[in-house]
Amino acid sequence: MKILVTAKQVTDPDMKIKVKPDGSGIATEGISYKVNPFDEIAIEEAIRIKEKGAAEIVVVSVGPKDASKEIRSGLAMGADRGILVVSEGFTDPWTVASVLKKIVDEEKPELVLMGKQAVDGDNNQVGQMLAEMLGWPQACFASKVELSADRAKASVTREVDGGFDHVEVDLPAVITADLRLNEPRYASLPGIMKAKKKPLKEMELKAMGLDAQPKVKWHKFQAPPERKAGIKVPDVPTLVAKLRDEAKVI
Amino acid sequence: MALDYDLNEEQQILRESVRKFAEAEIKPVARELDEKEQFSVPLTRKMAEMGLFGMFVSPDHEGQGLDYVSYIIAVEEIARVDGSQAATVAAGNSLGIGPLHYYGSEAQKRRYLPKLCRGEGLWGFGLTEPNAGSDAGGSKTKAVLDGNEWVINGSKIFITNAANPLSLGVTVQAITGKRDDGRPEYSCILVEHGTRGFQAKEMHGKYMWRASNTAELYFEDCRVPKDNLLGKRGDGFHQMLATLDGGRLSIGAMGLGCAQGAFEAGLRYAQERVQFGKPLCKFQANAFKLADMATEIELARNLMYKACWLRDRKRPFGREAAMAKLYCSEVAHRVSNHAVQLHGGYGLMKEYDVERYLRDAKLLEIGEGTSEVQRIVISRHIGC
Repeated sequence: MKILVTAKQVTDPDMKIKVKPDGSGIATEGISYKVNPFDEIAIEEAIRIKEKGAAEIVVVSVGPKDASKEIRSGLAMGADRGILVVSEGFTDPWTVASVLKKIVDEEKPELVLMGKQAVDGDNNQVGQMLAEMLGWPQACFASKVELSADRAKASVTREVDGGFDHVEVDLPAVITADLRLNEPRYASLPGIMKAKKKPLKEMELKAMGLDAQPKVKWHKFQAPPERKAGIKVPDVPTLVAKLRDEAKVI
Repeated sequence: MALDYDLNEEQQILRESVRKFAEAEIKPVARELDEKEQFSVPLTRKMAEMGLFGMFVSPDHEGQGLDYVSYIIAVEEIARVDGSQAATVAAGNSLGIGPLHYYGSEAQKRRYLPKLCRGEGLWGFGLTEPNAGSDAGGSKTKAVLDGNEWVINGSKIFITNAANPLSLGVTVQAITGKRDDGRPEYSCILVEHGTRGFQAKEMHGKYMWRASNTAELYFEDCRVPKDNLLGKRGDGFHQMLATLDGGRLSIGAMGLGCAQGAFEAGLRYAQERVQFGKPLCKFQANAFKLADMATEIELARNLMYKACWLRDRKRPFGREAAMAKLYCSEVAHRVSNHAVQLHGGYGLMKEYDVERYLRDAKLLEIGEGTSEVQRIVISRHIGC
């Protein structure tokens, strides 16, 4: 079977992000980039499926030219080949879903595995949009994925508010990975050397002939207001009173 | 456009991956292993699975075929988290695997390298003796050819990786005769663990690198086959010098990583700890100290990578290797000392880890050529 996974380039989640003084974007000086951690979980899941039975894993990324590093990271973990859609300008979930749809049409994978969201924009939309565009079933926020023996169905445990939801989807399908699906492996040094020789195809988004103009416009970036220090209350009745009368949450 | 400071894609991925590994697998156990003065076999195995042994050995002998800059980045990233594990890896590669890889016969390589590269075994490099430290030419260990065997007598001290459950053997430098000019002839000979007359004893009571394995070696009429000679007879001194040139880069990388780790801890603490109503880093005395630490690390890294760059291009790098070893180890000491100072009383407690960096840094000014010896090497290079 063929599995398509995504590897979005995001700013290092361990770094503090600063907004440019004019609010036009993020200050990129001194910022390093990594694979979206949720995508990394999706890649790991694909590799585990491959370890149980033959599969080809294709890593796709839509982003700047140097997002090839994020694809290579996936190849170093054990994926087979990569496709980079170079887009230096702004893209939104709609654009990315449209690009992925086109690639799925060409590659015809039986499964698309991707992070439930990217940790930069936190949109949580691409997986759902892609499934809709393809007319495929979707199982988002997966914490467990099991394929049937004939690999025609996937049984997925989804993390939802207050519990778990079990669904079964027919393949082909789109599954998005939640945090607890697995713990991604480290790319080993031999893996990194092997990845060097794996094929990575590059194409320009502009040249794909897509009508996928972003539907989102960025007006201004603003840092979230600084969180004020909390207060201590002497006892439970005061706490309850404050929650009821001031915070109005109960 | 010849000057390029960018690491290539593989080197960037390697740094990210080794950093993640070190943070997740080494950091949680580093303090306890240090405290117990314990070498960890399971952790060494994990490092081997990561591919951290045999990094610059070709895949023909089950190495990774990496360039030297990549190797140095890996050592640096481990040292950023823990000096002891970095020592196991650095000594394993440059002192254990290095001489076999560079001077071994094809048969010797086939016999030892795959096991060492897979991390199934560790190999030591026996140079220093109780009475021959900086004065390596004053060593006394002798090997005499008797028929088809070398008979070795003598002892070695401070040998990393040579007395633990994974130790497979050692390369021993010994006097094998007299040269035409009357000076001793040195050769390197391979001795496997378990050979009669060879004993390796673990050394305890160390101030630093407490979770790395350090050994004393004793040879008493120890007989090994004639073919265990490494390279040519009489090449021992040259092999030792070349091995130490490479070893200096490893020690430099350990200094760089140690300084980076201590700096990050110091900066974090100075940003969080509030005294007199503001964070420590807002006091100019501390801010300037941190600025100096960052500047010195930047310089150290540039010097270090340049030395590796020269080596990767097969150009002479002895001068730069000595400079990098000298500078990086002294920076590690200064920076970790500042990091402890920034922590105040807490810096003296094991719980805050910076004291371990300060202890581990001290070795770097002594091992594989003291700072004084580096200055001798550099001064000879510049014509003194």
